[in-house]
Amino acid sequence: MNTLEFVVVLWFGSLLAGFLGSLTGLGGGVVIVPLLTLVFGVDIRYAIGAALISVIATSSGAAAAYVKEGFSNIRVGMFLEIATTLGAIAGAFIAFYLPIHAIAVIFGFVLAYSAYLSFRPPSPARDAGQPDKLATRLRMDAAYPTPNGLRQYHVRGVPAGFAVMFIAGILSGVLGIGSGAVKVLAMDRAMRLPFKVSTTTSNFMIGVTAAASAGIYLNRGYIDPGLAMPVVLGVLVGSLIGSRLLAGAKARVLRIVFAIVIAFLAIEMIFNGLTGRI
Amino acid sequence: MIVQNREAMDQRAENIIGILLRTGVTISALVVLFGGILYLAHWWSAPTHYQTFRSEPGDLRYIPGIVRESIAFNPAGIIQLGLLLLIATPIARVAFSVWAFAEERDWLYVTVTLIVLGLLLFSLAGPHS
Repeated sequence: MNTLEFVVVLWFGSLLAGFLGSLTGLGGGVVIVPLLTLVFGVDIRYAIGAALISVIATSSGAAAAYVKEGFSNIRVGMFLEIATTLGAIAGAFIAFYLPIHAIAVIFGFVLAYSAYLSFRPPSPARDAGQPDKLATRLRMDAAYPTPNGLRQYHVRGVPAGFAVMFIAGILSGVLGIGSGAVKVLAMDRAMRLPFKVSTTTSNFMIGVTAAASAGIYLNRGYIDPGLAMPVVLGVLVGSLIGSRLLAGAKARVLRIVFAIVIAFLAIEMIFNGLTGRI
Repeated sequence: MIVQNREAMDQRAENIIGILLRTGVTISALVVLFGGILYLAHWWSAPTHYQTFRSEPGDLRYIPGIVRESIAFNPAGIIQLGLLLLIATPIARVAFSVWAFAEERDWLYVTVTLIVLGLLLFSLAGPHS
């Protein structure tokens, strides 16, 4: 393949990844690295660099749409970004000392976990519960819009959420993904935020987390312009198309199909990492 | 009453953040596209080399070098400038939030946001070798 063919094929592949990622809510970033390494034979370090950049693009694009709806909790998001950016910087440094086979295997396990999480139903709506001392001091309690008007909620489990966010940051820095699944887990399960608030706040944070490790990847020469260009433009266009389409019953079927694809990619990544092919 | 006021200000800040993010992504995508067209015009028939890793040249890794290469109209440099603008978009959002929290006299969150901003600038400034 010459450069033109490579760019065109990769652009279409990234468009599809971005489209499915946004339509299913799983994010386009998670399939970019397997797509580049398994299908195009790209070195995983270049792949992670390009994926990180595309994660920033989709997160910022989607966050622009979400913030207006008033679901995201910017105080919770900003406070937890201390943990995710610290983790992302640590992760970017750790990545340079890890053998690339190990990165491929870890990537596979995180992919498998994301696929598993997408099969789980979202937590049901909860009542507000009791105010939490630390969350109150950090002024995190807020309200979100429902069909019946604003609904108040209390935030809890700040230390646990913070710890999980640090891990989410490390994963993001090592693997070049947004680790949205782990972020939602921290806010939904540990901090008891309403599900819609968790997902939108997570999206809000992903771009900042990715930017924290992207700077280091750029400095280390892992971000290649010829590779990142078709990936970013493809994922961006794909996710824009995906977010325009209504998420209905069909999105659920797609979500399951996409989760199965991700599960296969996960096995493939683990296998290739273990046998030293990546 | 105070709570409601705070929420109104939060909402206003969030609207501005939405515009900021959209503008940042649009501008950087256009710069990447422009650089990409120049890049393809120049390199379209060259073989690809991504199977083996070799670090990018120094000028494509740091802000001064990227700016220099862009001014010299190097296609790779222009793409890199677009990617840099993309990385800068969420950083600009955080910087704006510092101002928004200061406007609300929420010094706790001004501090929180400044910590995040400091970490991001540390990452981008480099060198990290």
